[in-house]
Amino acid sequence: MSASEATIPAAPPAARVRRPREVIYRHSLVVRVTHWINVLLISLLITSGAQIFNAHPRLYWGAYGADADKPIFEMGAWNGPNGRLVGRTSIGPLTFDTTGVFGVSNGPGGGQEVRGFPSWLTVPSWRDLAIGRRWHFFLAWLFVANGLIYLVFGFLSGHFGRDIAPGRDQIRPRHIRASVSDHIRLKHPTGEEAKRYNILQKLAYLAIIFLVLPLMVATGLTMSPGIDAVAPWLLTLFGGRQSARAIHFICANLIVFFVLVHVIEVFLAGVVNEIGSMITGRYAVPPDHP
Amino acid sequence: MTRRLIVSRRGLIASASAGLGGLLLEGCDRLSRAPSFQHLLGSAEGLTYRAQRLLQLDQPLAPEFSPRDISPVFKLNGSIQPGAPAYKALVADNFASFRLTVGGLVAHPLQATLAQLKALPSRTQITRHDCVEGWSAIGQWTGAPLGPLLSAAGLMPGARYIVFHCADELAPGAPYYESIDLIDAFHPQTILAYALNGAPLEVGHGAPIRLRVERQLGYKQAKFVMGVEAVDRLDNIQGGKGGFWEDRGYEWYAGI
Repeated sequence: MSASEATIPAAPPAARVRRPREVIYRHSLVVRVTHWINVLLISLLITSGAQIFNAHPRLYWGAYGADADKPIFEMGAWNGPNGRLVGRTSIGPLTFDTTGVFGVSNGPGGGQEVRGFPSWLTVPSWRDLAIGRRWHFFLAWLFVANGLIYLVFGFLSGHFGRDIAPGRDQIRPRHIRASVSDHIRLKHPTGEEAKRYNILQKLAYLAIIFLVLPLMVATGLTMSPGIDAVAPWLLTLFGGRQSARAIHFICANLIVFFVLVHVIEVFLAGVVNEIGSMITGRYAVPPDHP
Repeated sequence: MTRRLIVSRRGLIASASAGLGGLLLEGCDRLSRAPSFQHLLGSAEGLTYRAQRLLQLDQPLAPEFSPRDISPVFKLNGSIQPGAPAYKALVADNFASFRLTVGGLVAHPLQATLAQLKALPSRTQITRHDCVEGWSAIGQWTGAPLGPLLSAAGLMPGARYIVFHCADELAPGAPYYESIDLIDAFHPQTILAYALNGAPLEVGHGAPIRLRVERQLGYKQAKFVMGVEAVDRLDNIQGGKGGFWEDRGYEWYAGI
Protein backbone atom coordinates (compact mmCIF):
# COMPACT_ATOMS: atom_id res chain seq x y z
CA MET A 1 0.00 0.00 0.00
CA SER A 2 1.53 3.33 -1.02
CA ALA A 3 1.31 6.50 0.97
CA SER A 4 -0.44 8.36 -1.81
CA GLU A 5 -3.29 5.92 -1.84
CA ALA A 6 -4.02 6.54 1.78
CA THR A 7 -4.34 10.31 1.28
CA ILE A 8 -7.09 10.06 -1.33
CA PRO A 9 -10.26 11.09 0.47
CA ALA A 10 -13.22 8.79 0.18
CA ALA A 11 -15.66 9.95 -2.50
CA PRO A 12 -18.88 11.17 -0.99
CA PRO A 13 -22.01 9.25 -1.95
CA ALA A 14 -23.45 10.53 -5.24
CA ALA A 15 -26.76 11.49 -3.65
CA ARG A 16 -25.07 13.94 -1.35
CA VAL A 17 -23.75 16.03 -4.22
CA ARG A 18 -25.65 19.25 -4.38
CA ARG A 19 -25.48 20.19 -8.00
CA PRO A 20 -26.62 23.74 -8.72
CA ARG A 21 -30.17 23.69 -10.07
CA GLU A 22 -30.67 24.97 -13.57
CA VAL A 23 -32.68 28.21 -13.48
CA ILE A 24 -34.60 29.41 -16.53
CA TYR A 25 -36.45 32.62 -17.22
CA ARG A 26 -39.97 31.32 -17.53
CA HIS A 27 -42.50 34.15 -17.24
CA SER A 28 -42.13 37.51 -18.95
CA LEU A 29 -42.96 40.68 -17.08
CA VAL A 30 -46.27 41.21 -18.94
CA VAL A 31 -47.41 37.66 -18.14
CA ARG A 32 -46.50 38.06 -14.47
CA VAL A 33 -48.17 41.44 -14.05
CA THR A 34 -51.36 40.53 -15.94
CA HIS A 35 -51.49 37.21 -14.04
CA TRP A 36 -51.52 38.82 -10.60
CA ILE A 37 -53.92 41.55 -11.67
CA ASN A 38 -56.17 38.75 -12.90
CA VAL A 39 -55.94 36.94 -9.56
CA LEU A 40 -57.32 40.02 -7.85
CA LEU A 41 -59.90 40.86 -10.54
CA ILE A 42 -61.25 37.33 -10.94
CA SER A 43 -61.49 36.82 -7.15
CA LEU A 44 -63.57 39.97 -6.88
CA LEU A 45 -65.58 39.36 -10.05
CA ILE A 46 -66.57 35.89 -8.83
CA THR A 47 -67.54 37.12 -5.37
CA SER A 48 -69.39 40.22 -6.57
CA GLY A 49 -71.03 37.99 -9.20
CA ALA A 50 -72.19 35.68 -6.40
CA GLN A 51 -73.73 38.74 -4.75
CA ILE A 52 -75.60 39.57 -7.98
CA PHE A 53 -76.71 35.94 -8.38
CA ASN A 54 -78.14 36.02 -4.85
CA ALA A 55 -80.69 38.66 -5.94
CA HIS A 56 -82.41 35.91 -7.94
CA PRO A 57 -80.73 32.57 -7.19
CA ARG A 58 -82.39 30.67 -10.04
CA LEU A 59 -81.25 29.97 -13.59
CA TYR A 60 -83.38 29.33 -16.66
CA TRP A 61 -82.84 28.24 -20.22
CA GLY A 62 -84.20 30.38 -23.04
CA ALA A 63 -85.12 34.02 -23.61
CA TYR A 64 -87.16 34.59 -20.46
CA GLY A 65 -87.44 33.17 -16.96
CA ALA A 66 -88.94 34.38 -13.68
CA ASP A 67 -90.67 32.99 -10.59
CA ALA A 68 -93.46 31.20 -12.46
CA ASP A 69 -91.10 29.57 -14.95
CA LYS A 70 -89.28 26.30 -14.42
CA PRO A 71 -85.65 26.80 -13.38
CA ILE A 72 -82.78 24.54 -14.43
CA PHE A 73 -80.85 25.45 -11.29
CA GLU A 74 -81.91 26.90 -8.01
CA MET A 75 -80.64 27.69 -4.54
CA GLY A 76 -83.74 27.93 -2.43
CA ALA A 77 -85.03 27.82 1.13
CA TRP A 78 -87.91 25.84 2.54
CA ASN A 79 -89.52 25.54 5.94
CA GLY A 80 -88.34 22.23 7.33
CA PRO A 81 -89.60 20.35 10.37
CA ASN A 82 -89.65 22.26 13.71
CA GLY A 83 -89.84 25.53 11.76
CA ARG A 84 -86.21 25.18 10.78
CA LEU A 85 -85.12 26.67 7.48
CA VAL A 86 -83.69 24.19 5.02
CA GLY A 87 -81.39 25.27 2.21
CA ARG A 88 -81.84 23.30 -0.98
CA THR A 89 -79.89 23.37 -4.21
CA SER A 90 -81.49 21.90 -7.32
CA ILE A 91 -79.68 21.01 -10.50
CA GLY A 92 -82.24 19.89 -13.03
CA PRO A 93 -84.19 17.05 -11.38
CA LEU A 94 -81.64 16.55 -8.58
CA THR A 95 -82.08 18.28 -5.24
CA PHE A 96 -79.55 18.43 -2.42
CA ASP A 97 -79.83 19.64 1.15
CA THR A 98 -77.23 22.41 1.32
CA THR A 99 -78.27 24.09 4.57
CA GLY A 100 -75.44 26.17 5.97
CA VAL A 101 -73.77 26.78 2.61
CA PHE A 102 -76.24 27.32 -0.24
CA GLY A 103 -79.81 28.52 0.11
CA VAL A 104 -79.69 29.07 3.85
CA SER A 105 -76.59 30.13 5.76
CA ASN A 106 -75.43 32.39 8.53
CA GLY A 107 -75.35 36.02 7.48
CA PRO A 108 -72.58 38.50 8.32
CA GLY A 109 -74.42 39.25 11.58
CA GLY A 110 -74.39 35.57 12.56
CA GLY A 111 -78.11 34.84 12.25
CA GLN A 112 -79.54 32.36 9.75
CA GLU A 113 -80.46 33.98 6.44
CA VAL A 114 -82.12 32.95 3.22
CA ARG A 115 -79.40 33.58 0.67
CA GLY A 116 -77.99 31.73 -2.35
CA PHE A 117 -74.26 31.91 -1.72
CA PRO A 118 -73.04 32.34 1.88
CA SER A 119 -71.76 35.68 3.12
CA TRP A 120 -68.12 34.53 3.04
CA LEU A 121 -68.38 34.09 -0.73
CA THR A 122 -69.99 37.43 -1.59
CA VAL A 123 -68.80 41.01 -1.95
CA PRO A 124 -70.04 42.76 0.05
CA SER A 125 -70.76 40.11 2.69
CA TRP A 126 -74.22 41.53 3.44
CA ARG A 127 -76.98 41.46 0.85
CA ASP A 128 -76.60 44.51 -1.40
CA LEU A 129 -77.26 44.09 -5.10
CA ALA A 130 -76.49 47.75 -5.93
CA ILE A 131 -72.99 47.62 -4.44
CA GLY A 132 -72.36 44.17 -5.91
CA ARG A 133 -73.19 45.53 -9.36
CA ARG A 134 -70.92 48.53 -8.85
CA TRP A 135 -67.99 46.26 -8.02
CA HIS A 136 -68.79 43.87 -10.85
CA PHE A 137 -69.10 46.41 -13.67
CA PHE A 138 -66.09 48.44 -12.54
CA LEU A 139 -63.94 45.31 -12.36
CA ALA A 140 -65.33 44.00 -15.65
CA TRP A 141 -63.83 46.97 -17.50
CA LEU A 142 -60.46 46.36 -15.84
CA PHE A 143 -60.71 42.64 -16.61
CA VAL A 144 -61.34 43.34 -20.30
CA ALA A 145 -58.47 45.86 -20.43
CA ASN A 146 -56.09 43.48 -18.63
CA GLY A 147 -57.18 40.59 -20.83
CA LEU A 148 -56.68 42.58 -24.03
CA ILE A 149 -53.17 43.60 -22.97
CA TYR A 150 -52.37 39.94 -22.29
CA LEU A 151 -53.90 38.73 -25.58
CA VAL A 152 -52.13 41.33 -27.73
CA PHE A 153 -48.86 40.62 -25.95
CA GLY A 154 -49.40 36.88 -26.20
CA PHE A 155 -49.76 36.97 -29.96
CA LEU A 156 -47.14 39.63 -30.71
CA SER A 157 -44.41 38.28 -28.43
CA GLY A 158 -44.89 34.70 -29.54
CA HIS A 159 -45.90 33.69 -26.00
CA PHE A 160 -48.92 31.74 -27.25
CA GLY A 161 -47.03 29.97 -30.04
CA ARG A 162 -44.00 29.22 -27.88
CA ASP A 163 -45.46 28.47 -24.46
CA ILE A 164 -49.17 27.67 -24.78
CA ALA A 165 -49.61 25.93 -28.15
CA PRO A 166 -49.07 22.17 -27.74
CA GLY A 167 -45.91 20.85 -29.39
CA ARG A 168 -46.28 18.43 -32.27
CA ASP A 169 -45.00 15.58 -30.09
CA GLN A 170 -47.38 16.52 -27.28
CA ILE A 171 -50.56 15.91 -29.24
CA ARG A 172 -49.80 12.26 -29.94
CA PRO A 173 -52.33 10.03 -28.13
CA ARG A 174 -49.52 8.09 -26.46
CA HIS A 175 -48.04 11.29 -25.02
CA ILE A 176 -51.44 12.47 -23.80
CA ARG A 177 -52.10 9.08 -22.17
CA ALA A 178 -48.74 9.24 -20.46
CA SER A 179 -49.47 12.75 -19.20
CA VAL A 180 -52.88 11.70 -17.86
CA SER A 181 -51.21 8.81 -16.04
CA ASP A 182 -48.55 11.16 -14.63
CA HIS A 183 -51.27 13.49 -13.36
CA ILE A 184 -53.13 10.64 -11.69
CA ARG A 185 -49.92 9.59 -9.93
CA LEU A 186 -49.24 13.26 -9.06
CA LYS A 187 -45.93 12.94 -10.90
CA HIS A 188 -44.52 16.12 -12.37
CA PRO A 189 -42.15 16.46 -15.32
CA THR A 190 -38.48 16.98 -14.58
CA GLY A 191 -35.43 18.07 -16.54
CA GLU A 192 -36.02 19.10 -20.15
CA GLU A 193 -39.75 18.26 -19.97
CA ALA A 194 -40.18 20.62 -17.03
CA LYS A 195 -39.03 23.54 -19.19
CA ARG A 196 -42.33 23.55 -21.03
CA TYR A 197 -45.93 23.17 -19.89
CA ASN A 198 -47.27 19.64 -20.02
CA ILE A 199 -50.02 18.85 -22.50
CA LEU A 200 -52.94 18.81 -20.04
CA GLN A 201 -51.71 22.08 -18.59
CA LYS A 202 -51.56 23.61 -22.07
CA LEU A 203 -55.05 22.37 -22.93
CA ALA A 204 -56.40 23.80 -19.66
CA TYR A 205 -54.75 27.17 -20.34
CA LEU A 206 -56.02 27.19 -23.93
CA ALA A 207 -59.57 26.43 -22.78
CA ILE A 208 -59.50 29.14 -20.11
CA ILE A 209 -57.79 31.82 -22.21
CA PHE A 210 -59.60 31.31 -25.50
CA LEU A 211 -62.92 29.76 -24.52
CA VAL A 212 -64.08 30.23 -20.93
CA LEU A 213 -62.91 33.80 -20.26
CA PRO A 214 -64.12 35.14 -23.65
CA LEU A 215 -67.44 33.33 -23.08
CA MET A 216 -67.63 35.05 -19.71
CA VAL A 217 -67.32 38.48 -21.36
CA ALA A 218 -69.68 37.62 -24.24
CA THR A 219 -72.42 36.16 -22.02
CA GLY A 220 -72.02 39.08 -19.63
CA LEU A 221 -72.58 41.51 -22.50
CA THR A 222 -75.58 39.46 -23.68
CA MET A 223 -77.29 40.15 -20.37
CA SER A 224 -77.11 43.90 -21.10
CA PRO A 225 -80.33 45.14 -22.73
CA GLY A 226 -78.32 48.03 -24.23
CA ILE A 227 -75.90 45.65 -25.92
CA ASP A 228 -78.72 43.36 -27.08
CA ALA A 229 -80.05 46.26 -29.18
CA VAL A 230 -76.63 46.68 -30.82
CA ALA A 231 -75.77 42.98 -31.21
CA PRO A 232 -78.94 40.87 -31.19
CA TRP A 233 -76.90 38.04 -32.71
CA LEU A 234 -75.48 37.44 -29.24
CA LEU A 235 -78.96 36.33 -28.14
CA THR A 236 -79.14 33.96 -31.11
CA LEU A 237 -75.68 32.62 -30.31
CA PHE A 238 -76.47 31.81 -26.68
CA GLY A 239 -80.14 30.93 -27.05
CA GLY A 240 -81.57 33.94 -25.21
CA ARG A 241 -80.74 36.19 -22.28
CA GLN A 242 -81.57 33.68 -19.57
CA SER A 243 -79.47 31.02 -21.31
CA ALA A 244 -76.62 33.53 -21.46
CA ARG A 245 -77.05 34.11 -17.72
CA ALA A 246 -76.90 30.34 -17.13
CA ILE A 247 -73.77 30.01 -19.30
CA HIS A 248 -72.21 32.96 -17.44
CA PHE A 249 -72.83 31.09 -14.18
CA ILE A 250 -71.52 27.77 -15.52
CA CYS A 251 -68.36 29.46 -16.84
CA ALA A 252 -67.84 31.15 -13.46
CA ASN A 253 -67.91 27.70 -11.89
CA LEU A 254 -65.48 26.40 -14.51
CA ILE A 255 -63.14 29.25 -13.60
CA VAL A 256 -63.39 28.36 -9.90
CA PHE A 257 -62.71 24.71 -10.77
CA PHE A 258 -59.73 25.72 -12.93
CA VAL A 259 -58.32 27.90 -10.16
CA LEU A 260 -58.69 25.09 -7.60
CA VAL A 261 -56.83 22.60 -9.80
CA HIS A 262 -54.28 25.26 -10.76
CA VAL A 263 -53.53 26.08 -7.11
CA ILE A 264 -53.41 22.40 -6.09
CA GLU A 265 -50.94 21.76 -8.91
CA VAL A 266 -48.83 24.69 -7.76
CA PHE A 267 -48.62 23.14 -4.31
CA LEU A 268 -47.86 19.67 -5.69
CA ALA A 269 -45.21 20.94 -8.09
CA GLY A 270 -43.40 23.00 -5.47
CA VAL A 271 -45.14 26.02 -4.13
CA VAL A 272 -42.10 28.24 -3.53
CA ASN A 273 -40.57 27.61 -6.93
CA GLU A 274 -43.91 27.96 -8.75
CA ILE A 275 -45.16 31.10 -7.02
CA GLY A 276 -41.64 32.51 -7.01
CA SER A 277 -41.39 32.08 -10.77
CA MET A 278 -44.64 33.99 -11.26
CA ILE A 279 -43.16 36.83 -9.19
CA THR A 280 -39.53 36.95 -10.36
CA GLY A 281 -39.89 35.13 -13.67
CA ARG A 282 -37.10 32.70 -12.73
CA TYR A 283 -37.93 29.03 -12.41
CA ALA A 284 -35.62 26.34 -11.01
CA VAL A 285 -35.91 23.31 -13.25
CA PRO A 286 -36.57 20.17 -11.18
CA PRO A 287 -33.63 17.84 -11.94
CA ASP A 288 -34.20 14.45 -13.55
CA HIS A 289 -32.57 12.56 -10.67
CA PRO A 290 -33.11 14.23 -7.35
CA MET B 1 -42.53 14.85 27.20
CA THR B 2 -42.09 17.23 24.35
CA ARG B 3 -44.52 18.21 21.69
CA ARG B 4 -43.11 19.85 18.67
CA LEU B 5 -45.17 22.24 16.71
CA ILE B 6 -44.43 21.45 13.12
CA VAL B 7 -45.30 24.16 10.67
CA SER B 8 -44.50 23.15 7.15
CA ARG B 9 -43.70 25.72 4.53
CA ARG B 10 -46.61 24.44 2.48
CA GLY B 11 -49.01 24.65 5.39
CA LEU B 12 -47.81 28.13 6.18
CA ILE B 13 -48.37 29.31 2.64
CA ALA B 14 -51.78 27.60 2.49
CA SER B 15 -52.99 29.22 5.69
CA ALA B 16 -51.47 32.53 4.66
CA SER B 17 -53.44 32.36 1.40
CA ALA B 18 -56.65 31.51 3.23
CA GLY B 19 -56.01 34.37 5.63
CA LEU B 20 -55.28 36.65 2.71
CA GLY B 21 -58.59 35.64 1.13
CA GLY B 22 -60.40 36.46 4.35
CA LEU B 23 -58.60 39.79 4.62
CA LEU B 24 -59.48 40.52 1.00
CA LEU B 25 -63.20 40.03 1.64
CA GLU B 26 -63.00 41.96 4.92
CA GLY B 27 -61.23 44.74 3.03
CA CYS B 28 -63.94 44.68 0.37
CA ASP B 29 -66.59 45.12 3.05
CA ARG B 30 -64.74 48.19 4.32
CA LEU B 31 -64.41 49.57 0.79
CA SER B 32 -68.11 48.85 0.20
CA ARG B 33 -68.91 51.13 3.14
CA ALA B 34 -66.59 53.95 2.04
CA PRO B 35 -68.48 56.58 0.02
CA SER B 36 -65.30 57.73 -1.76
CA PHE B 37 -64.54 54.21 -2.95
CA GLN B 38 -68.14 53.68 -4.03
CA HIS B 39 -67.78 56.89 -6.01
CA LEU B 40 -64.69 55.43 -7.71
CA LEU B 41 -66.54 52.20 -8.54
CA GLY B 42 -69.43 54.30 -9.84
CA SER B 43 -67.12 55.95 -12.36
CA ALA B 44 -67.50 52.83 -14.52
CA GLU B 45 -71.13 53.81 -15.09
CA GLY B 46 -70.09 56.86 -17.12
CA LEU B 47 -67.77 54.71 -19.19
CA THR B 48 -70.49 52.12 -19.79
CA TYR B 49 -73.00 54.84 -20.69
CA ARG B 50 -70.66 56.50 -23.19
CA ALA B 51 -69.54 53.21 -24.69
CA GLN B 52 -73.10 51.98 -25.18
CA ARG B 53 -74.30 55.30 -26.58
CA LEU B 54 -71.38 55.22 -29.01
CA LEU B 55 -72.32 51.72 -30.15
CA GLN B 56 -75.97 52.80 -30.39
CA LEU B 57 -75.32 55.79 -32.67
CA ASP B 58 -77.75 54.53 -35.30
CA GLN B 59 -80.42 54.09 -32.60
CA PRO B 60 -80.89 50.32 -32.94
CA LEU B 61 -84.12 48.82 -31.63
CA ALA B 62 -84.23 46.44 -28.71
CA PRO B 63 -84.94 42.91 -29.98
CA GLU B 64 -88.62 42.25 -30.58
CA PHE B 65 -90.15 38.80 -30.23
CA SER B 66 -93.03 36.85 -31.72
CA PRO B 67 -96.33 36.22 -29.89
CA ARG B 68 -95.31 32.63 -29.14
CA ASP B 69 -92.30 33.91 -27.13
CA ILE B 70 -94.51 35.74 -24.60
CA SER B 71 -94.02 34.67 -20.96
CA PRO B 72 -97.01 32.67 -19.68
CA VAL B 73 -96.89 34.77 -16.50
CA PHE B 74 -95.49 38.31 -16.50
CA LYS B 75 -94.08 38.66 -12.99
CA LEU B 76 -95.55 41.41 -10.83
CA ASN B 77 -92.83 43.35 -9.07
CA GLY B 78 -92.24 46.58 -7.17
CA SER B 79 -95.44 48.42 -6.19
CA ILE B 80 -98.44 46.37 -7.21
CA GLN B 81 -101.19 48.17 -5.31
CA PRO B 82 -100.52 51.87 -4.65
CA GLY B 83 -102.33 52.97 -1.52
CA ALA B 84 -102.62 56.72 -2.09
CA PRO B 85 -106.29 57.85 -1.88
CA ALA B 86 -105.93 59.91 -5.07
CA TYR B 87 -104.77 56.84 -6.95
CA LYS B 88 -107.51 54.66 -5.44
CA ALA B 89 -110.03 57.23 -6.67
CA LEU B 90 -108.57 56.92 -10.17
CA VAL B 91 -108.95 53.13 -10.05
CA ALA B 92 -112.52 53.52 -8.77
CA ASP B 93 -113.59 55.57 -11.80
CA ASN B 94 -111.58 53.38 -14.16
CA PHE B 95 -109.12 56.23 -14.83
CA ALA B 96 -111.79 58.45 -16.43
CA SER B 97 -110.48 61.40 -14.40
CA PHE B 98 -106.83 60.56 -15.08
CA ARG B 99 -104.84 63.40 -16.62
CA LEU B 100 -101.27 62.84 -17.71
CA THR B 101 -99.39 66.10 -17.37
CA VAL B 102 -96.46 67.02 -19.61
CA GLY B 103 -94.62 69.99 -18.17
CA GLY B 104 -91.34 71.43 -17.02
CA LEU B 105 -89.05 72.91 -19.67
CA VAL B 106 -91.63 72.80 -22.45
CA ALA B 107 -93.15 75.63 -24.48
CA HIS B 108 -96.70 74.26 -24.28
CA PRO B 109 -97.46 72.27 -21.11
CA LEU B 110 -100.26 69.85 -21.81
CA GLN B 111 -102.63 67.40 -20.21
CA ALA B 112 -104.02 64.27 -21.75
CA THR B 113 -106.78 61.90 -20.72
CA LEU B 114 -106.31 58.17 -21.14
CA ALA B 115 -108.74 58.25 -24.06
CA GLN B 116 -106.70 61.00 -25.73
CA LEU B 117 -103.48 59.00 -25.27
CA LYS B 118 -105.15 55.93 -26.76
CA ALA B 119 -106.31 58.02 -29.73
CA LEU B 120 -102.73 58.97 -30.58
CA PRO B 121 -100.79 56.90 -33.14
CA SER B 122 -99.65 53.86 -31.16
CA ARG B 123 -96.82 51.38 -31.21
CA THR B 124 -97.11 47.72 -30.27
CA GLN B 125 -93.95 45.81 -29.40
CA ILE B 126 -93.18 42.40 -27.95
CA THR B 127 -90.10 42.98 -25.84
CA ARG B 128 -88.13 41.45 -23.01
CA HIS B 129 -88.29 43.03 -19.58
CA ASP B 130 -85.08 42.48 -17.61
CA CYS B 131 -85.20 43.00 -13.88
CA VAL B 132 -82.00 44.18 -12.22
CA GLU B 133 -82.32 41.08 -10.02
CA GLY B 134 -81.69 38.85 -13.01
CA TRP B 135 -85.05 37.50 -14.21
CA SER B 136 -86.69 38.31 -17.56
CA ALA B 137 -90.26 38.30 -18.83
CA ILE B 138 -91.51 38.84 -22.38
CA GLY B 139 -94.69 40.79 -23.00
CA GLN B 140 -96.51 42.72 -25.68
CA TRP B 141 -96.79 46.40 -24.91
CA THR B 142 -99.01 48.95 -26.66
CA GLY B 143 -98.71 52.63 -26.07
CA ALA B 144 -98.15 56.14 -27.35
CA PRO B 145 -94.57 56.90 -28.38
CA LEU B 146 -93.10 59.50 -26.03
CA GLY B 147 -91.12 61.44 -28.68
CA PRO B 148 -94.09 62.92 -30.60
CA LEU B 149 -95.76 63.88 -27.31
CA LEU B 150 -92.63 65.78 -26.23
CA SER B 151 -92.40 67.41 -29.65
CA ALA B 152 -96.02 68.53 -29.35
CA ALA B 153 -95.23 70.07 -25.97
CA GLY B 154 -92.13 71.71 -27.48
CA LEU B 155 -88.97 70.98 -25.49
CA MET B 156 -87.05 74.10 -24.54
CA PRO B 157 -83.33 74.22 -25.40
CA GLY B 158 -82.25 73.72 -21.79
CA ALA B 159 -84.07 70.39 -21.41
CA ARG B 160 -81.67 67.48 -20.90
CA TYR B 161 -83.68 64.82 -19.10
CA ILE B 162 -87.26 63.61 -18.99
CA VAL B 163 -88.51 62.80 -15.49
CA PHE B 164 -91.49 60.54 -14.81
CA HIS B 165 -93.47 61.14 -11.63
CA CYS B 166 -95.46 58.19 -10.37
CA ALA B 167 -98.47 57.57 -8.11
CA ASP B 168 -96.82 54.90 -5.97
CA GLU B 169 -94.58 55.14 -2.95
CA LEU B 170 -92.22 52.17 -2.73
CA ALA B 171 -90.85 53.67 0.50
CA PRO B 172 -92.92 55.90 2.82
CA GLY B 173 -92.74 59.53 1.72
CA ALA B 174 -90.77 58.73 -1.41
CA PRO B 175 -92.92 58.70 -4.54
CA TYR B 176 -91.44 56.54 -7.27
CA TYR B 177 -89.84 58.49 -10.05
CA GLU B 178 -87.48 57.84 -12.90
CA SER B 179 -85.56 59.78 -15.53
CA ILE B 180 -84.03 59.16 -18.93
CA ASP B 181 -81.91 61.14 -21.34
CA LEU B 182 -83.27 62.65 -24.56
CA ILE B 183 -81.71 59.86 -26.64
CA ASP B 184 -83.97 57.31 -24.99
CA ALA B 185 -86.87 59.77 -24.75
CA PHE B 186 -86.98 60.05 -28.53
CA HIS B 187 -86.16 56.41 -29.23
CA PRO B 188 -88.99 54.88 -31.30
CA GLN B 189 -89.57 52.05 -28.79
CA THR B 190 -89.92 54.44 -25.84
CA ILE B 191 -93.66 54.46 -25.25
CA LEU B 192 -96.20 55.33 -22.59
CA ALA B 193 -97.81 51.91 -22.49
CA TYR B 194 -101.49 51.46 -21.64
CA ALA B 195 -101.88 47.80 -22.67
CA LEU B 196 -100.03 44.57 -21.91
CA ASN B 197 -100.64 41.45 -24.00
CA GLY B 198 -103.64 43.07 -25.67
CA ALA B 199 -105.49 43.93 -22.45
CA PRO B 200 -105.68 47.26 -20.64
CA LEU B 201 -102.78 47.58 -18.22
CA GLU B 202 -103.69 46.07 -14.85
CA VAL B 203 -103.03 47.94 -11.62
CA GLY B 204 -100.25 45.47 -10.73
CA HIS B 205 -98.43 46.33 -13.94
CA GLY B 206 -98.72 50.10 -13.50
CA ALA B 207 -102.18 51.20 -14.70
CA PRO B 208 -103.01 53.42 -16.37
CA ILE B 209 -99.60 54.21 -17.86
CA ARG B 210 -96.26 52.49 -17.65
CA LEU B 211 -93.13 53.82 -19.28
CA ARG B 212 -91.27 51.40 -21.56
CA VAL B 213 -87.58 52.18 -22.19
CA GLU B 214 -86.67 48.94 -23.87
CA ARG B 215 -82.88 49.21 -23.83
CA GLN B 216 -82.70 49.53 -20.06
CA LEU B 217 -83.50 47.42 -16.99
CA GLY B 218 -86.84 47.00 -15.26
CA TYR B 219 -86.51 49.73 -12.64
CA LYS B 220 -86.43 52.34 -15.42
CA GLN B 221 -89.87 51.14 -16.61
CA ALA B 222 -91.78 53.45 -14.25
CA LYS B 223 -95.31 52.34 -13.39
CA PHE B 224 -98.35 54.50 -12.51
CA VAL B 225 -96.92 57.47 -14.47
CA MET B 226 -98.86 60.63 -13.63
CA GLY B 227 -96.55 63.35 -14.86
CA VAL B 228 -93.84 63.80 -17.46
CA GLU B 229 -91.43 66.66 -16.78
CA ALA B 230 -88.60 68.02 -18.91
CA VAL B 231 -85.71 69.22 -16.74
CA ASP B 232 -82.17 70.51 -17.12
CA ARG B 233 -80.84 68.76 -14.01
CA LEU B 234 -81.65 65.90 -11.67
CA ASP B 235 -79.80 66.86 -8.50
CA ASN B 236 -82.69 68.93 -7.14
CA ILE B 237 -85.29 66.15 -7.33
CA GLN B 238 -85.74 63.89 -4.26
CA GLY B 239 -82.38 62.15 -3.57
CA GLY B 240 -80.84 63.85 -6.58
CA LYS B 241 -79.73 60.72 -8.44
CA GLY B 242 -82.51 60.63 -11.02
CA GLY B 243 -84.75 57.89 -9.70
CA PHE B 244 -86.14 55.98 -6.74
CA TRP B 245 -83.62 53.13 -7.01
CA GLU B 246 -80.84 55.43 -8.17
CA ASP B 247 -81.27 57.32 -4.87
CA ARG B 248 -80.70 53.93 -3.19
CA GLY B 249 -77.41 53.13 -4.91
CA TYR B 250 -78.39 51.73 -8.29
CA GLU B 251 -76.98 53.10 -11.55
CA TRP B 252 -78.86 55.83 -13.35
CA TYR B 253 -77.85 54.29 -16.67
CA ALA B 254 -79.39 50.83 -16.52
CA GLY B 255 -78.46 49.59 -19.97
CA ILE B 256 -76.36 46.89 -18.32
